[in-house]
Amino acid sequence: MRRFRFRRHSLLPGFGPALGYTLLYLGLLVLLPLGGAVLKAAGLSWADFWRLVSGPRAAAAFRLSFLAAFGAALINAVFGFIAAWVLVRYTFPGRRFIDALVDLPFALPTSVAGIALTALFSRNGWIGALLEPLGIRVAFTPLGVLVALVFIGLPFTIRTVQPVIADLDREAELAAASLGASAWQTFRRITLPAVLPAVLTGFALAFARGIGEYGSVIFISGNLPLRTEIVPLLIVTRLEQYDYAGATALAVAMLALSFVMLLTINSLQAWSRRRR
Amino acid sequence: MNPFRPPIRPVPLLLTLVALLFLLGFLALPLAIVFAGALQQGIKHYLAAISDPMALAAIRLTLLAAAIAVPLNVIFGLAAAWAIGKFRFPGRQLLITLIDLPFSVSPVVSGMVYILVFGMQGWLGGWLAARGVQVIFAVPGIVLATLFVTLPLVARELIPLMESQGTEEEEAALTLGASGWQTFRRVTLPNVRQGLLYGVILCTARAMGEFGAVSVVSGHIRGLTNTLTLHVEILYNEYQSAAAFAVASLLALLAVVPLVVKAILSRHEH
Repeated sequence: MRRFRFRRHSLLPGFGPALGYTLLYLGLLVLLPLGGAVLKAAGLSWADFWRLVSGPRAAAAFRLSFLAAFGAALINAVFGFIAAWVLVRYTFPGRRFIDALVDLPFALPTSVAGIALTALFSRNGWIGALLEPLGIRVAFTPLGVLVALVFIGLPFTIRTVQPVIADLDREAELAAASLGASAWQTFRRITLPAVLPAVLTGFALAFARGIGEYGSVIFISGNLPLRTEIVPLLIVTRLEQYDYAGATALAVAMLALSFVMLLTINSLQAWSRRRR
Repeated sequence: MNPFRPPIRPVPLLLTLVALLFLLGFLALPLAIVFAGALQQGIKHYLAAISDPMALAAIRLTLLAAAIAVPLNVIFGLAAAWAIGKFRFPGRQLLITLIDLPFSVSPVVSGMVYILVFGMQGWLGGWLAARGVQVIFAVPGIVLATLFVTLPLVARELIPLMESQGTEEEEAALTLGASGWQTFRRVTLPNVRQGLLYGVILCTARAMGEFGAVSVVSGHIRGLTNTLTLHVEILYNEYQSAAAFAVASLLALLAVVPLVVKAILSRHEH
């Protein structure tokens, strides 16, 4: 009779210690503290929890965080797709340089991004001065939050869509064209369906990142309660006032949201892999 | 008209212009303004800002946090990639998702969970305080928050790499009489060295550049619990814009390193 095995047979040694260490490290650093936060919130009654996450200030913060993250992800989905297409399909001077630059928002500390964007979009900044005569103010308005989240989410769509465009079957496009399809028809019927799962994955990743973003937003937003205050900032404000119950309630709501986004992203990625 | 010359196509031209405007506007301009802002009052002022004692204290703390966080996360990344990349077991996918968890949590929440555990009102805070150990608003808290946010970086570079390389080479080494440790050191490590190098660089850059999580646990005590990113914030809020950008330019240079390394590595691939 075969003995039950937890893992498939392998010649290689060291599975036990490696997995054990992985679980211990992950457990101590991530799972225990996160679990502790959730337990702390579990000490709140449902009514208290609801009051803490739905008061006027919290509701306004959630609305702004949600709308700005959604808008930024949408802008990144559209322009990120165009940028990915251009970076893969066309050659132009400086392409490698620009391609390398795409990862900048991953690497640049968010406080640096925050003060740079604020300087760029303030009324006498390089871009802000151009927008001022048009009556558009970015810094210290909800629009500023949007701009910061576009910057932070920029690499996600590009980096998820790029490999898919590179792998596209060009013969299918040529076949469609030779059968008389217009360029637009070829794009809509052949290219878009193949790339769509990756675009949606990028959208979800950018949205998830945007909801929780803190550093790059707080400088450009001006942080006016009810108007330009995002949820992570409200958490920090409550922590600074030693309102741990209020901060925990918001944090747990955010954690639940991240968890839903994580599940969404995983199923989108699975769908994307099946499509390819 | 020469039929072999490609016609000038307006759509690619238009798309390229849109993409370049978008990318340069959102990437090159912010990077450029950091350096322009840093030098707005001249090189003398720049050097004074980055050699200020508070700035030097911030540099020291930032280096310390990275010096602790990076090696620990490298060991974790190697162990996790060995277990997940080279073996098949139930729950593998779930484990990968859990390792990615710090990426999907808001940095503010990451810092806050440590306050709930180690803060004065937290699970362990009172017990530790009675023994004279302070974690929150002190250096250990900053190290913990840095560990948390950089935890996935090395593992996530190595797991797909080890998985794609399979186990045949290791099996060959073992059959030829190498010990498990020899096999790992002589076969596995050299095979993943590029991914490891990139992971380490990315992890270092992130460890030195984390802001949100560190900000929550730091308490912003100047000279004591102030990292470089927090120093940027303090200077900026005190309207010392040139000094803030000067310190920020150090961090921006640091952030460019992984981009350059990645570009060089991908050039070798082709």
